Amino acid sequence: MTSATFVRQQLIAPSNPPASSVGTPAWLRQKLFGSALNAAATVISALILAALIWPTVRFMFIDAVWDGSSRVDCLEETVKRPVGACWPFIAAKFAQFMYGFYPADQVWRVNLTYVVGLVLLVPLLIPRAPWKTLNAVLFFGVFPVAAFYLLVGGRFGLPHVETRQWGGLLVTLVITFAGIIGSVPLGILLALGRRSSLPLLRWFCVVFIEFWRGVPLITVLFFATYMLPFFLPESWKLDPLARVLIGVILFAGAYMSEVIRGGLQAIPRGQFEAARALGLGYWKMMAFVVLPQALKIVIPGMVNSFIALFKDTTLVLIVAIFDLLGQLRAAFADPNWATPVTVLTGFAFAGVIYFIISFVISRYALYVERRLSTGVAH
Amino acid sequence: MKRVIGVLGLALAIGLSGQADAQTLKTVRDRGSLVCGVSQGLPGFSNPDDKGNWTGLDVDFCRAIAAAIFNDPTKVKFTPLAAKDRFEPLRSGEIDVLSRNTTWTSSRDAVFNFVGVVYYDGQGFMVRKALKVNSALELNGASVCAQSGTTTELNLADYFRANNMKYEIVAFGTADETIKAYESGRCDAFTTDVSQLYSEKLKLSNANDHVILPEVISKEPLGPVVRQGDDQWFDVVKWVLFGMLNAEELGVSSKTIDEALKSKQPEIRRMLGLDGTHGEQLGLPRDWVVRIVRHVGNYGEIFERNVGTSSRLGISRGLNRLWTKGGIQYAPPIR
Amino acid sequence: MTKTAFYNNPRFRSAFYQLLVLAAVIWFGIEFAINARANLEAQNVRFGFRFLNDPASFGISQTLISYSEQDTYTRVFLVGLLNTLLVSVIGIIFATILGFFIGLARLSPNWLLARLAGGYVELIRNLPLLFQILFWYVAVLLAMPSPRQSLGVGLQPLFLAAADGFAYLQYFGMPESIAQWWRGLAEWIGPPAVYINNRGLIMPRAIFGEGSGIVVAAFALAIFAIIGLRSWARRRQDATGKLFPVLWTSLVLLIGLPVLAALAVGAPVSFEAPELRGFNFVGGTRVIPEFTALLVALTTYTAAFIAEVVRAGVLAVPKGQTEAAMALGLRRNTTLRLVVIPQAMRVIIPPLTNQYLNLTKNSTLAVAIGYPDLVAVFAGTTLNQTHQAIEIIAITMAVYLAISLITSMAMNLYNARIRLSERV
Repeated sequence: MTSATFVRQQLIAPSNPPASSVGTPAWLRQKLFGSALNAAATVISALILAALIWPTVRFMFIDAVWDGSSRVDCLEETVKRPVGACWPFIAAKFAQFMYGFYPADQVWRVNLTYVVGLVLLVPLLIPRAPWKTLNAVLFFGVFPVAAFYLLVGGRFGLPHVETRQWGGLLVTLVITFAGIIGSVPLGILLALGRRSSLPLLRWFCVVFIEFWRGVPLITVLFFATYMLPFFLPESWKLDPLARVLIGVILFAGAYMSEVIRGGLQAIPRGQFEAARALGLGYWKMMAFVVLPQALKIVIPGMVNSFIALFKDTTLVLIVAIFDLLGQLRAAFADPNWATPVTVLTGFAFAGVIYFIISFVISRYALYVERRLSTGVAH
Repeated sequence: MKRVIGVLGLALAIGLSGQADAQTLKTVRDRGSLVCGVSQGLPGFSNPDDKGNWTGLDVDFCRAIAAAIFNDPTKVKFTPLAAKDRFEPLRSGEIDVLSRNTTWTSSRDAVFNFVGVVYYDGQGFMVRKALKVNSALELNGASVCAQSGTTTELNLADYFRANNMKYEIVAFGTADETIKAYESGRCDAFTTDVSQLYSEKLKLSNANDHVILPEVISKEPLGPVVRQGDDQWFDVVKWVLFGMLNAEELGVSSKTIDEALKSKQPEIRRMLGLDGTHGEQLGLPRDWVVRIVRHVGNYGEIFERNVGTSSRLGISRGLNRLWTKGGIQYAPPIR
Repeated sequence: MTKTAFYNNPRFRSAFYQLLVLAAVIWFGIEFAINARANLEAQNVRFGFRFLNDPASFGISQTLISYSEQDTYTRVFLVGLLNTLLVSVIGIIFATILGFFIGLARLSPNWLLARLAGGYVELIRNLPLLFQILFWYVAVLLAMPSPRQSLGVGLQPLFLAAADGFAYLQYFGMPESIAQWWRGLAEWIGPPAVYINNRGLIMPRAIFGEGSGIVVAAFALAIFAIIGLRSWARRRQDATGKLFPVLWTSLVLLIGLPVLAALAVGAPVSFEAPELRGFNFVGGTRVIPEFTALLVALTTYTAAFIAEVVRAGVLAVPKGQTEAAMALGLRRNTTLRLVVIPQAMRVIIPPLTNQYLNLTKNSTLAVAIGYPDLVAVFAGTTLNQTHQAIEIIAITMAVYLAISLITSMAMNLYNARIRLSERV
């Protein structure tokens, strides 16, 4: 009973792939040294990386001076070695970078504002946290008013602190936050106006939006600083910071409206028609049906606009408002800290702050985007 | 919509706080402090330290006004102003006096009142010692750093053209940028008012490598400014300056003030308010000069302390000597 | 049928609201005009554009057209506008090249290169542009030597360096005479004509003598010839499938024709070499460091955004297209060049134009480092000297608005064109 045919009863265990196609060597080969060109790209990239990272690390940490009280401590003659960053300079100027010339005994007001803002902001950013509506009302409605009185003072027994004494990161954050608070409602109105059925209103909004989007921010700031006072009654003495805020809000509002318009356009016609069929008027339809959906779609776009706004706040230094970058440049001029490394130290410090803040916001936008896209599909 | 209006309203409200007022002295007394506009950081004239304490010649002048009014030189709030927008706060009443190395010119005097000259200045040049230049007339072909939108830029153009020399101007928006560009080697020379040259020189990391050339190419009398239409306040600020000058002329300083109060000399007695009511006539207390000299010092002391040869700036008195000592500082008498 | 109240009539409402908008706009306009008039009077400023004919009496560090202190503010405006256009156009060219390179590098199969490009984009996009401009200005100035220690760029420094190298090699038995000979060669070549120092990049200046018009004409002729050649080559390829080396022929034409013309009329173009005299180099032309810093900052910044645009455009091309091209036997770079990029361009062009506009608008930050662009010399210095704030800011805004509008009109035309070529 022999059979000529052989049928294997058991499968042969698959043999291991060639050693060159799995694990680290394969990865190295495929991703880094696949071809001569690939290898060259790897080598050049590695060289560029090394050329960038090593001097940075040396400057920021290895060669840096950590203790000292004046410029002398950061001079090569004193330290007797190449000098990197002069961190005592940052330590000495830290209060100015954070608060400008806000009176030292009143700084607690700024800190309190930050703490309240953070306490309200963080739960707002966490999708799972409860009481979103209340939270939003507190953050966008109550907090700005409270912050205004807390920072400006002159009421409730708090001494008045002029905005000219504000500076540093405080001004950067105030302009960013006020820009956001002002530009979103303005953007919504402009976006609605641009999609309105009333031709005159639509044209007005189109011209308004395109005007502010067509000119550079710096000319807007020049406009707000030098031209606006001419157009207002003489009795209105606009504070320089307030003038700049108006310019920033108009500018950011125009950009915001285009982002929001994108969201409005993405809402299917059926939603409008259904709302109408239910007997909702224009404002109710917008407030309860269209905008909640439209705004949700454009959150990533809006957050990107916020990052742009945050970065753009640096421009106020050109109209003599001392934001973080402006305060930094003012500090460069302090004779007590005049050393060859002062300027680079300042840039390193400010660069890290700017990078961290906008990087974190952009990562958050990405996170929301992913969340939204998984929610919408299927 | 309401929120927009609310925010805008708030923003406007920040600005509506100050109103022009004809009774500045009363406003200052009621407020309990003087608000003084100064520069944003010019060593020797007005400069904040790391803790925000202000020092300098312009600052001390503000302190002298506070001392005269309140008998307390600390009752001053300093408002740092950029050169470009120093006049607007004065016009709006946000500040009571502008003490910010401001040149007295006819067009400015048409709109404001200059109380006098705290410092006689003129535009000059700073160069690197290594260039071995001894005169501004040797600067043919040089690159010059200057602040844009100032009279400095125009004087510079006039000077080089009048002397048939070529130059390249590199203009920046602020004094700090200008000096930093000069320091990094962008320019051969740096030009601005001489007092400011001394002050900016301190901001250089190797101040000793630089030298200020002897030529002065313009007249820049610097003085405090007040609003028009308030003669009483104009007088008060003016006589604070004259009081300081008279005190120096009569040899009364913060060290000798107690002795001087026992003096029999009629001029000194009048000045210190021992005889007559000269202070009251001006709206000041009778012993206003005593208060100024005791708390702040006479003109010579303030000059020496902040910008004089014993200070870090090391400027010699020159034109700013009293008229009795070969200078042109001269105050009307108190009588 | 119940009669609706007239205020609920949609047509009435529409008309009413529009009237309201119109009234508000007019009211604001009148209010502004009245205030402006009162404020101008109070400040002794006379409204009008007559100041444009007054002499400017201040100097400008970079002028593309001739300019002196006696020229008018109108001339200042032109000088500033040209400087803005110069830095924008050059910036756009460089940013496009760098942006495409980095965008494609991000998609590279090479892990390290893709990460490096990604890191570049993240770093640049998360730092304020003004910060970068100030940084580059400091970096450029710090890196450059003073005029007296200028860095020469040319063959002589290269040969001298080589001679030094040979001098070192003589320890290993190389005859000294070779180093000597090299040095002699370097001497014979003459000093370099291009220098770099902290006053800028100094180059010889071409001086056009008599007959240089013919050279320019030859150049124009070359361009026309190239256009004709291209269309002929394409037609031939369509008909016969034969390729013609257009690129090389074009280059030969572009360089060859003007050179031939120049030789024919006896070399009318001479060069004025810069020479160190006193403080600075005299003669030649100079690229000021403010320009370099601004250009580097604008290029690197915009390139990061263009890289993202390019990446998105390439990713928008379906994978099937690449696979089909590969299946047809096209190589990777040919696939990229002939299949992927042409399709990606349709997605890329609109946002790319937007980036070009942004770069032009961002060039206004020049004012922070003293580059004399339109905003710096006109909205800055001129405004401060004349106090004609309303007129000057209005003119400046109008210029940028015009640039934006012209670009978006061109964009719309282009969009209409590429839409036509699409299949249904």
